[in-house]
Amino acid sequence: MSGRWVLAVALLWCLSAPGLAAIEAQAFPDETVKARYYDLIATLRCPQCLNTNLAGSDAMIAQNLRATVLRLLIEGKSDAEVERFMFERYGDFILYEPRWTAKTWLLWLGPLGLALIGLSVWWSMSASSRKTRHGLSESDRASLKRLIDR
Amino acid sequence: MAKQSVLIPVFVFAGIIVLLWFGFQLSDPHLLPSQKLNDPVPDFELPNLMQADQTLTAVDLTGEVSLLNVWATWCPSCIAEHGELTRIFETTGLRIIGVNYNDDSKAARAWLKRWGDPYAFHIVDESGTLAIDLGVYGAPETFVVDADGVIRYRHVGVVTQKVFEETLTPLIQNLKDAS
Repeated sequence: MSGRWVLAVALLWCLSAPGLAAIEAQAFPDETVKARYYDLIATLRCPQCLNTNLAGSDAMIAQNLRATVLRLLIEGKSDAEVERFMFERYGDFILYEPRWTAKTWLLWLGPLGLALIGLSVWWSMSASSRKTRHGLSESDRASLKRLIDR
Repeated sequence: MAKQSVLIPVFVFAGIIVLLWFGFQLSDPHLLPSQKLNDPVPDFELPNLMQADQTLTAVDLTGEVSLLNVWATWCPSCIAEHGELTRIFETTGLRIIGVNYNDDSKAARAWLKRWGDPYAFHIVDESGTLAIDLGVYGAPETFVVDADGVIRYRHVGVVTQKVFEETLTPLIQNLKDAS
């Protein structure tokens, strides 16, 4: 009996999962504003959460910021102006795509650097394995010859 | 030679572990640096919680060094913090200004009646606009504002006696000495 209950609750929980995403009744003046709104809330990060965008968060601050994004768009602000508005208040954290600064260049170039290190390691390893596979040293040849001749 | 090269990945792995172990302890990722440090408190025109017909502006925050404390009745840690704010006001007489954030004013007044009111006054920020301009992302948050209304420090989370004595008190003393 209790097993069935657990199963029922688990199944209900699965059903509700899509409902966990934020749904609000927003009144959009037109389709372009709607599309820009959804683009912006997908690329701005919720300041309260470590890895959720504004679109996916139910935190109070995310609700407030979504309303703010819409208000700014209706006021006629451009996407860049909305992003700057958020940056001026919440800093780099709110931008999912960090800007190029003295602090963030490592973030941008780091993966490239790691790929280069990996490539060079792979290259040197394959080079050395080629050498050992084909090249026997003089003393190796001598001892091999001795073994065969015996 | 072959034995040594087997050890290289082990050393690399150990190096990464050490790097990440210390790297993740350097700073709490939940704490965002304030963008508003050394900026004046942003302009606002919002009602006074206790006198709804009175409009408060950024000018009301000037005149003396104050704590600007963002709180709400839906915030459990604000109750925990309230005792310390009361203690601070009673022992130091420091001006504490409340920002009642995303809250119901009636509930807020009842909350203050229940827990006491050490604040000079409360700004009603029902839709969170002032909070957004301040870069607030939760409650409680506390700002140290100097006599000219410039933000000098932000503390995210509960102001405990330790935080007040070790961090805020020296800062406030400096600001008072400077003005």
